[in-house]
Amino acid sequence: MARRGKTVLQAAAVLVVALLVALLTWQVVRTDQGRALGAKVNAGRRPLAPSFTLDRLDGKGTISLASLRGKAVVLNFWASWCEPCKEESPRLESFWQQNRNDGVVVLGIDAQDFDFDAKRFVDRYKLTYPILRDKHGSTLGHYGISGFPETWFVDRRGRLVGRHIEGPVSDADLERYVRLALQS
Amino acid sequence: MSRLAFLFALLALVAAGAARASEAHPTLAEVEKEVICPVCHETLDLSTSPIADRMRTFIRERIAAGDTKSEIEAKLVAQFGESVLAAPPKRGFNLLAWVLPLVGIAAGAVTVGLLARRWSRDRPEPVPADASANGRPPLDPELERRVDEELARFDA
Repeated sequence: MARRGKTVLQAAAVLVVALLVALLTWQVVRTDQGRALGAKVNAGRRPLAPSFTLDRLDGKGTISLASLRGKAVVLNFWASWCEPCKEESPRLESFWQQNRNDGVVVLGIDAQDFDFDAKRFVDRYKLTYPILRDKHGSTLGHYGISGFPETWFVDRRGRLVGRHIEGPVSDADLERYVRLALQS
Repeated sequence: MSRLAFLFALLALVAAGAARASEAHPTLAEVEKEVICPVCHETLDLSTSPIADRMRTFIRERIAAGDTKSEIEAKLVAQFGESVLAAPPKRGFNLLAWVLPLVGIAAGAVTVGLLARRWSRDRPEPVPADASANGRPPLDPELERRVDEELARFDA
């Protein structure tokens, strides 16, 4: 009886340790997935963009990445307190205005931010492209976001192309990688 | 004994009063310790990131507006999710974070108790009272008789 109890205790201890190791592994793999995506894209490969469905900042429903299949998507991660975002957002707005009728979508994802600050930012810089709010920051790990702003390019088939831009995106980057996204 | 009980009751009353005051009229420092910066994942009092500065401003504004600590934390949760709280709320799956350490401590105490019991049982038998001077058990009588005979023969 005592031996059986000991075996049960040992099994329970092994199970707890195994669960903790699994949890740690899951966390590490999840973080590394995002980082690995950047390396793949920068090496010229075209991995599938992690899917998401998020609420719009303006409260007009949700947008999923899957719903934008067939269009080239400029996926821009930002926050209102981010200084470089202030310089970058008018450029994104201008690019959106010039290309919105040519199968291009500029999609902002605001995270780690107060929603009222984000709305004030949108009003101040007169941004009209759709902006989503990632309240829990759930997309940040999947896309390997380590700061703001960062930009990805998604092709018509939902794959990441071009480069993962860390920091403000330039006009040249927008032209070059959106063209690439439209070609697929 | 009754004095000790009175002292404990007094301390509990003082602590409860302080907790009620902190809940109704919190200070920035009290809220900062209970809120995590979503960027650097440290409590606000340790964080210097821009969003932490913004959150401190928000907390000051809410304190000035008369919000309780719970109301301020609820507003922060509405903006950033429950991960913004340094301690998970005591409900649902998060309850595990509160219960598991207690279960761990209880399991540890039971294990130590069982081991202590086993060690005390496994101790060597005490040496009998008629043990020889060197602490070893006495010789078998037959063997002792033969040793005596040999020694007598040797002396002769």
